[in-house]
Amino acid sequence: MANRIENKFKELRAVKKKAFIPFITTGYPDLKVTEDLLLGLPEAGADVVELGVPFSDPLADGPTIQDASYHALERGVNLEKILALVTRVRKRTQVPIALMSYYNPIYHFGEKKFLAQVQKAGVDGLIIPDLPPEEAATLIKEARRHHVATVFFIAPTTTKQRMKRIVNKSSGFIYYVSVTGVTGARQSLPGNFVEKIKEVKTLTEKPICVGFGISTAKQVRLVSKVADGVIVGSAIMKQLMTFNEKKDQVAKTLQFCRSLAKGVRSSGK
Amino acid sequence: MKKRKVPNKTGHFGSFGGCFVPETLMSMLAELESVFMSAVKDVTFKEELKFYLKEYAGRPTNLYYAARLSEKFKNLEIFLKREDLLHTGAHKVNNTLGQILIARRMNKKRIIAETGAGQHGVATATVAALFGLQCDIYMGQEDIERQALNVFRMKLLGARVIPVTSGSQTLKDAMNEAIRDWVTNVEDTFYIIGSVAGPHPYPLMVREFQSIIGREARKQILKKRGKLPGCLIACVGGGSNALGLFHAFYKDTKVKFLGVEAGGLGVHSDKNSAALIRGEDGVLHGSKSKLLQTADGQIKIAHSIAAGLDYPGVGPEHAYYKKTGRAEYVSVTDQEAIAGLKLLSKTEGIIPALETAHAFGYLSKLNRKLKHKTDIIVCLSGRGDKDVGTIKGLI
Repeated sequence: MANRIENKFKELRAVKKKAFIPFITTGYPDLKVTEDLLLGLPEAGADVVELGVPFSDPLADGPTIQDASYHALERGVNLEKILALVTRVRKRTQVPIALMSYYNPIYHFGEKKFLAQVQKAGVDGLIIPDLPPEEAATLIKEARRHHVATVFFIAPTTTKQRMKRIVNKSSGFIYYVSVTGVTGARQSLPGNFVEKIKEVKTLTEKPICVGFGISTAKQVRLVSKVADGVIVGSAIMKQLMTFNEKKDQVAKTLQFCRSLAKGVRSSGK
Repeated sequence: MKKRKVPNKTGHFGSFGGCFVPETLMSMLAELESVFMSAVKDVTFKEELKFYLKEYAGRPTNLYYAARLSEKFKNLEIFLKREDLLHTGAHKVNNTLGQILIARRMNKKRIIAETGAGQHGVATATVAALFGLQCDIYMGQEDIERQALNVFRMKLLGARVIPVTSGSQTLKDAMNEAIRDWVTNVEDTFYIIGSVAGPHPYPLMVREFQSIIGREARKQILKKRGKLPGCLIACVGGGSNALGLFHAFYKDTKVKFLGVEAGGLGVHSDKNSAALIRGEDGVLHGSKSKLLQTADGQIKIAHSIAAGLDYPGVGPEHAYYKKTGRAEYVSVTDQEAIAGLKLLSKTEGIIPALETAHAFGYLSKLNRKLKHKTDIIVCLSGRGDKDVGTIKGLI
């Protein structure tokens, strides 16, 4: 069975395009808005959607996603509800979906059971910020069995030796963290990410997508010149948080995503 | 019992422990592990640490026979390992001295730490002052309020105390915030973790630096009594003073280990910090251990009258000790801890910290369980001056 994420990158590569990957916290402000966003995002230029699973202790996240997670948890969002949401959405869109979750909710759910349900719901990849490949043997095994991609991170501090291991264990794409730090919009990106990405590229043909701190169309354009995809999270959530009306929350957030997606399309090559 | 060496090379204590952190920290943790492993074998490092422990912190601490306290219990001969007499008033300084020497070896310019009761914060601020390093301490807003004296001490020592207002505003959230700082400033910042928790190599490193407690106590009790004690008892939050006492006795399988968790308003209520008794396997703050969590795998908010025990997790080696049966874990409530504090104060003239008081709160139950007179060592992990304000309103 083909994986939607892998297919998408093949497709994009064939036409020399880069991927735009928006992140949204599931259940902020409620599951209905998440559902509408998911359905609208492909048209707004999303090639893959990263769905955040809220966690009580999101230690890799900055204030924006912390707030969104807290709010979603208050409303009782959990993995079961998120998988049910993906199941519903899958009947109407084939956009590749990756779940971003901290490890404990998955571990507590049971990795075997989780991967089976993830596949059944139509999730295509997993991104787990506090699970390095060294601790992921069970998860990787189950994910392979269920044709779910395992996206691991490379950071500015990652040594070359580790890079090889991470590249090896990653499928779908590799997540390059642009800055040392937590998620959240930043004014500027460190200059060395270009060299780092080139270094990773010498090790693998797998797509490399860059996230953390990217917030403007200009930054998106800059990053997509060197990477295969750009991930934007906090900046989108920040936009979403400024609107009170449900209609605006969906329409205006999609509009913002459209402007970011243009940055990817106009990067040339 | 099988004698397997724990942790193994990857930092696992059986199924617990490990290294569950964002990728940004992984290379640094590998470097830390290698610096630590070579330091503990290095004579210069060992001499340096020994010097500071003796001349600065005041080691060795006494093993004091508590005659009047023992009189209260038919079956107990009670020896107190007086970590409360150390500089800064608690066992925490054993570890902060060790870690700051490691930080210096790694040329780190800035120190961060999390603190609950403020004891670890004070011990960190103290060694940072001693070596002239910049120091930021993360502390939950609720803890800042209930441990005002320690907050003032940290500031006096030149540290910045950063209030954490997210989540439960206690130790768990202080640790989240410290980790966020660490991920951001990993190049120049050293994180001094205060308990036998966190990602590998921290549980191993903190155990190593705290195990001086048990190494001394073992020699002292053999000298005083000519035999090993029947039981060791210590309070367990993250579990550093307990493991510090237990570790040197690990192979003395006849010596029973007893860890006392914070039962809060009762282990069957929703307000306790008894992760070993009530928790399930899970991953938080870098390692796999026992965790208080919901059916959805979200971390619960812990409760204890003792800020230093108010944490929903516990060090992975304790989870391993529990699973293998090497140690037994019990709990006492807030009220029983206060009774323990009063008992020690009135019989021995020693006011223990509220955390430490949990061990004393269990003595009457232990006395009832034992069939004959038994030598026990209680880890008197810290002094209670910091808690006088909290207790004042309750007695």
